Amino acid sequence: MPAIPYDEMHASDGEVREHYRTFASWLARTPSERVAHKRAEADTLFHRVGITFTVYGEEAGTERLIPFDIVPRIIPANEWKHLAAGLKQRVRALNAFTNDIYHSQEILRAGRIPAEQVLCNGQYRPEMQGIDVPGSIYAHIAGIDVVRAGEGEFYVLEDNLRVPSGVSYMLEDRRMMMRLFPELFALHSVAPVEHYPDLLLENLRSVAPSGVNDPTVALLTPGAYNSAYFEHAFLAQQMGIELVEGQDLFVDDEFVYMRTTRGPQRVDVIYRRIDDDFLDPLVFRPDSMLGIPGLLAAYRAGRVTIANAIGTGVADDKSIYPYVPEMVRFYLGEEPLLSNVPTYVLRRREDLEYTLAHLSELVVKEVHGAGGYGMLIGPAASKAELEAFRQRILRSPERYIAQPTLALSACPTFVDAGIAPRHIDLRPFVLSGREVTLVPGGLTRVALREGSLVVNSSQGGGTKDTWVLER
Amino acid sequence: MLSRTADHLYWMARYTERAENLARMLDVNSRMSLLPQGAEILEQGWIATLTIIGLMDAFRQRYDAVTSSNVIEFMSFDRDNPMSIYSCLRAARENARAVRGTLTSEIWETLNATWLEMRDASCWTGYSNAGNAGMRRTSLRSATEAEVGNFFEWVKYRSHVARGVIQGTMLRDEAWHFTWLGTYLERADSTARILDVKYHLLLPRGEQAGGATDYYQWSALLHSVSAFEIYRRVYRDLITPRRVAELLVLRDDMPRSLRRCMSQVHMHLESVRNSQSAETERRAGELQASLHFGRIDSVFEVGLHEYLVRFLGQVRDLGDRVSRDFLVSATD
Repeated sequence: MPAIPYDEMHASDGEVREHYRTFASWLARTPSERVAHKRAEADTLFHRVGITFTVYGEEAGTERLIPFDIVPRIIPANEWKHLAAGLKQRVRALNAFTNDIYHSQEILRAGRIPAEQVLCNGQYRPEMQGIDVPGSIYAHIAGIDVVRAGEGEFYVLEDNLRVPSGVSYMLEDRRMMMRLFPELFALHSVAPVEHYPDLLLENLRSVAPSGVNDPTVALLTPGAYNSAYFEHAFLAQQMGIELVEGQDLFVDDEFVYMRTTRGPQRVDVIYRRIDDDFLDPLVFRPDSMLGIPGLLAAYRAGRVTIANAIGTGVADDKSIYPYVPEMVRFYLGEEPLLSNVPTYVLRRREDLEYTLAHLSELVVKEVHGAGGYGMLIGPAASKAELEAFRQRILRSPERYIAQPTLALSACPTFVDAGIAPRHIDLRPFVLSGREVTLVPGGLTRVALREGSLVVNSSQGGGTKDTWVLER
Repeated sequence: MLSRTADHLYWMARYTERAENLARMLDVNSRMSLLPQGAEILEQGWIATLTIIGLMDAFRQRYDAVTSSNVIEFMSFDRDNPMSIYSCLRAARENARAVRGTLTSEIWETLNATWLEMRDASCWTGYSNAGNAGMRRTSLRSATEAEVGNFFEWVKYRSHVARGVIQGTMLRDEAWHFTWLGTYLERADSTARILDVKYHLLLPRGEQAGGATDYYQWSALLHSVSAFEIYRRVYRDLITPRRVAELLVLRDDMPRSLRRCMSQVHMHLESVRNSQSAETERRAGELQASLHFGRIDSVFEVGLHEYLVRFLGQVRDLGDRVSRDFLVSATD
């Protein structure tokens, strides 16, 4: 692993990489006052439009801006081609896996994945066993986190198959860049991403229950105090569909209806942005105020499509992640185009021993954790933190996995002292319906603190516009 | 549309309108407080205002003395008073936030910007009519009357902007009708209250119109509903209590009159009619017709105060019925 991270803009000899040359020369000839002025303008615009997210654990309803950096993350056409093919392949395999698990479980019977790993997993939903879903699609929207370690060397860090978020920032970042620096888009041929909402709507309509000709789609949100509420409202508006909360829906005779000012209206597809546990208080958490009593019964009867399907967590769990390449081989008969990060599964004895011996070199993650909470970054941790984490691992090793610290690539970014490289990742959004599609690009997140590898917005990360060049 | 969405739009509009009317009510009182008069009369004016809004008890619990600055603080900036201008602008924005997908971005940005400005300042000092509200913080105690007046002007100005942007950008669908339904029900309620509280106070001396103080009191009332110039144009004569009442109750061309508000309420109700709203529509139509064909003499025979109390009850009933028919749950 290289000690100096791969720099997206500069080669190791300091030379600007070819796909960044036009941008670099534009930056060099643009007066710094103008750039500073534009950066301030971006802040004002984001605030006024209210593109904020809510931070948990701070004063109730605290809204913060996600910092936006004006240096784009540029991906050359040939690299994207490879990435896109790899992402589609991976998501196909993940959907095939989920379908298999909830039906005949051939992959378990073939012994390619230990059965107890899947069936004893908290994310496995026995309620879904034997239920057919339209098109056998479970993860209609997948956010696959990808990082680069070196030239042409991409790793999948995480598959997000439950309620992946962030796509609104991808769209708003592009809108902001075009507003601030239209001239840059004249100089580059940047592949458009603005049609994502259309693609998403088409995708959702394509998985409606059979027999429904003109399906009604609604987006189900936990409400205005959810951290991703802006995105829910944004997507519903862009798709021209209703943004509903649990209280707006009810089930009657296994059909789902919205309460409207003119009486009940049938709903055929629910794009839900709330977790499985809260969907139906009759089946899952009885204390959920967010869900719809009877929804699962309607779902099992095939009267409504839920996207993503219930129970997709069994495929994106961190303890299942190490087996994804195996899924690609098993279901598609292909070699995976994208690599996994080598992963130690601490429920395995030899992996646990290795991890405990090399704790200060590894990243340890909670199997069910998300959002960068509850993880240990060995190289950055103090002795006391390492010791505390060691105790936590020993108490319940099955709750953790460990990975080597990747030298995530870095991209030049505006910081207080000027422009400096900061670590980035990439979350493209893969849509599965009648076919598997994705818009060229994704959300690039950047760790704004020097040396930090944590890009999550809840942990002080920012975002960048992501440009896939068409040539 | 979703019942809940209609509910948020309705309340977004009501709170926006309420903030404006509170500013109008407070403005007229603080203008009156500049007139030469005894402290007692001044205090009565504030007590009447708090009473008619229904907040006298809540005020007493938090403040010792009924002074201009205490009442203005309580009704404008007090975060714990759910009826203060501060709270209304917050509620308007929260309702808008809950349905921002239904709003045009201009409407959302307008209400959000209003709230952000309100939140960040405790008193306005740099307001100008051009709307570029350059603000700095001062405490209300040290604020001059002019500065407080600037704040009320700002509240009205932001309400004008909100209405304008709704008028100028919103699709004429159900969302539009529920927004205006909220606006006009709230305005009918406010105009009736403003008239009632002032009339109550002014009447004992008001009947012998002509004194300088009376003149200023009545003109302040007219100013508070932007009706001073209108009165001049319509009547071209002395300001008398009876004509003021007629203007604010029965004139259809007066945009804040009870009749105008009710004809708008009725019209918007017709546009959103559903299978269970017939009785609500009938009641709104009945009320509108009584204003349409009413004469000010018969209003005074009943007594203006009694008339207004009854009217407020009818508006409240319509509000409840609208909620029941359309907003809470039009289904199960």
